[in-house]
Amino acid sequence: MQNRRETLKQSAVVAGLLASTGLFPQYAFAYNKDAFKAKSVADVCKALGASAPVESKDVTIGGPDIAENGAVVPLTASTSLANAKHILVLVEKNPAALVAQFNVTDMVEASFAVRAKMGQSSDVYAVVITNDGKAFFAKKEVKVTLGGCGG
Amino acid sequence: MADPMRIRAQANGNKATVRVLMSHEMESGQRKDSSGAAIPAMHITEVSASLNGKVVMTSDWGPAVSKNPFTQFTIKNAKAGDKVAITWKDTKGDTRTDEATVS
Repeated sequence: MQNRRETLKQSAVVAGLLASTGLFPQYAFAYNKDAFKAKSVADVCKALGASAPVESKDVTIGGPDIAENGAVVPLTASTSLANAKHILVLVEKNPAALVAQFNVTDMVEASFAVRAKMGQSSDVYAVVITNDGKAFFAKKEVKVTLGGCGG
Repeated sequence: MADPMRIRAQANGNKATVRVLMSHEMESGQRKDSSGAAIPAMHITEVSASLNGKVVMTSDWGPAVSKNPFTQFTIKNAKAGDKVAITWKDTKGDTRTDEATVS
């Protein structure tokens, strides 16, 4: 078991290593604000420079049919497409549709899980953007019995 | 500084399944306080994972990711003893890095 001091020390070492290789995340990629403000699935794809999404069997979205608590809805997104560049998880009726964007490299499997907040029952989407800018999606309806936006 | 993440990296053949539980408020900016003023958004925006110091996955998160976020992914060509490090950065500019060993 690590104590807090050791953990902190390790953190500093790792951060230092990352910085020295130029791979520290804040320099490695830019956060796309427009994509996270977009209201619809199509707008998100546009903000990320991809074509309009088409439904595909090679993309899978997983989640509960009925979510009792909209504040914590476990969603999974995966694809069998070989040239996937980004995998997005979206909730259509949230104030901003995009929940998370995962950038795929050839060192990870194109399959991710994340927990999302959902304000109301909605279709959830997994969108895959390929290296050549095409977008493919799969969708699933999730019913929410208790919203996750507070208030 | 925020509380440590819980990272579990489990080897499965030549792959490692990584589960991460972060400790973060993930304030969405949609909520209002008792006087009706909006609570400003404060959430994790960037998460990256590295294997033995090499970045293998990055991701951008919006405010709709749940409080105390959980995420799971699989790293290829990882074996027991490899080091997995996860870093996040939030809208305030706070960052945190934690490391775990594949077992």
